[in-house]
Amino acid sequence: MSDIQTWALIFVAASFALYIVIAWRSRVRETKGFFVAEQNIPAVANGAAVAADWMSAASFISMAGLIAFLGSDGSIYLMGWTGGYVLLALLLAPYLRKWGKFTVPEFVGDRFSETVRSVSAVVAIIVSFTYVVGQMSGGGIVFSRFLQVEQAWGVAIAAAVIFAYAVFGGMKGITWTQVAQYTVLIVAYLIPAWAVAQTMTGFPVPQITFGEILAELNRIGAEFGLPVYTEAFTARPQIDVFLVTMSLMIGTAGLPHVIIRFYTTKTVRGARYSALWALIFIGLLYTTAPAVGAFTKLNLLSGVQGAAVDALPSWVQNWMATGLVTVGDGVQTISTISNNPESGADLIINNDILVLASPEIAGLPAPIIGLVAAGGLAAAMSTAAGLLLVISSSASHDLYFRYVDHHASESRRLLVSRIAMGLAVLVAIYFGINPPAFVAQVVAFAFGLAASTFFPILLLGIFWKRANAAGAVSGMLAGLVFTATYMIYTLPVFGTAANDHVLGISPEGIGTIGAVVNLVVTVVVSLLTRPPAHEVQEMVENIRYPAERRTEVTPA
Amino acid sequence: MADTHEGPGGAAPPPDDGAVPAAGRDNGWRTEYWKKNLRLMVALLVVWFVVSFGAGILFVEQLNQIVIAGFPLGFWFAQQGSIYTFIVLILIYALRMDRLDDEYGVSERNEDGSRA
Repeated sequence: MSDIQTWALIFVAASFALYIVIAWRSRVRETKGFFVAEQNIPAVANGAAVAADWMSAASFISMAGLIAFLGSDGSIYLMGWTGGYVLLALLLAPYLRKWGKFTVPEFVGDRFSETVRSVSAVVAIIVSFTYVVGQMSGGGIVFSRFLQVEQAWGVAIAAAVIFAYAVFGGMKGITWTQVAQYTVLIVAYLIPAWAVAQTMTGFPVPQITFGEILAELNRIGAEFGLPVYTEAFTARPQIDVFLVTMSLMIGTAGLPHVIIRFYTTKTVRGARYSALWALIFIGLLYTTAPAVGAFTKLNLLSGVQGAAVDALPSWVQNWMATGLVTVGDGVQTISTISNNPESGADLIINNDILVLASPEIAGLPAPIIGLVAAGGLAAAMSTAAGLLLVISSSASHDLYFRYVDHHASESRRLLVSRIAMGLAVLVAIYFGINPPAFVAQVVAFAFGLAASTFFPILLLGIFWKRANAAGAVSGMLAGLVFTATYMIYTLPVFGTAANDHVLGISPEGIGTIGAVVNLVVTVVVSLLTRPPAHEVQEMVENIRYPAERRTEVTPA
Repeated sequence: MADTHEGPGGAAPPPDDGAVPAAGRDNGWRTEYWKKNLRLMVALLVVWFVVSFGAGILFVEQLNQIVIAGFPLGFWFAQQGSIYTFIVLILIYALRMDRLDDEYGVSERNEDGSRA
């Protein structure tokens, strides 16, 4: 066993042991604990939990690599996956917390109608499942590289740990483990980034110092025939960068597993501050990621430039074993590089390895590399657990108890929710081991659907009393059908031929247009039909004020 | 809720210096509170849009002509500055809403009047 493997094993085993201890200490006995963690999570802890929930295997493992290859246009992910929190904090989180129940479909059920609730529950399950699959296979990559464990076993071990804390502790167990997982993942992300910044620029704050190497990166990139790193719109046309960024932002604000995290705070004020803490915690990683991308790319290019194939750095050999790094047949020296397996470049590097390999590429010691393995797993597992909770709560709370078992007792509800969670874990294991070939594209689908279905009707449901059930149903369906149709039209994943993008709009960006369609249809249909009942308008009125008004003066 | 009936009454006198007007049954304060909330929200969202979509996308090429500490400015907004701005926007919102809630007596309090 190599040094790296030993250290990876130590960090992974220690972090798993910690999660299990937390799971045991936070097991729950009632549905309020299972679905919303008894609504007593402090804002800072909830912020860390939101951050861990939000930052998935994609953020931790893939994003910096994507940015390294996209250059300036990598900003679609950086802005898209953070800007949504401004929308959440200002437009949704405080109001949904004031209304305060268990799930997102439940809110639209109370606000609009039971039909909308059922449609939402089904969409929530689809969106969350597409997302879970990516997490499971991301975890598998970490296991297969660092512990030399078969991917199938890796997925099964990670899932067993998730099972332990998600099934017994529900939201409460998930929340406190996520706080621990955030700590693990951010430490694992920042330490190598600081170390790399220190070695390359002599100052350990990568956010500030990566500016120094941009000119050098542009120069060496040109020698490889790559587009200028800092130049905008080399990867996508301007209109598409705009639409994808917007789609990711409103998709973020509409994703059920993010929204339900704000139900767990004590107060409306707590929901606002949770959003603040969440974005601070997320921002730590998201402002570091572009620096990691730039540093690693420069290291990578200068390490392999003109190198003979038999004299490549050792990390290339290590990663070739996973099949994520390949050298073209008959290549003598490396002169072209790409992340696209069909490009025919001399060296082909998968986006997913850049962060995991960055300490190796920079020649950092084995313990740091082991830590990164634990961090990657923490990111994948924390997000998977949050998604599994949405699947479990939508299936049990929004569908099963309403259609099959109306009069279930409290203990029976808890049991059914646990069984739903257990089944969801099993399905996730299956797809983690046999990932469908189109995982990456399906995640775009998840954001597009969340953007074009949930966000507009939640927004109108809160800010426009006149919005009614007929409007919401038509709007949601219009947004859903429009977005899904365009995605099926442009993506080859459903067995259909891929058609050209219309007006340069990619399937990732179509959610923005879908959201506008939803908004317009909801408004028009609502205006043409009867206004909602007085009680519903009163409910909307009441969620606008955090507490009942006190007339006596309270010290500020 | 104590005051769920929609009072047809006229607007409450504007609250001065954090003191809450005595007219507890009057719902004029609701419109006023909500308008202030919306005004704050719209102002912050304008900044949100200008910094991310304006500086980071629509005018990124013009801003890239300016280079500071190695960063072309538009590139910096797109990959760093916008995220810092988002954090500050939520901070301002949370702090201003605390003040607004107190001003209108709708902040969440424990039995003893401390913040919940």
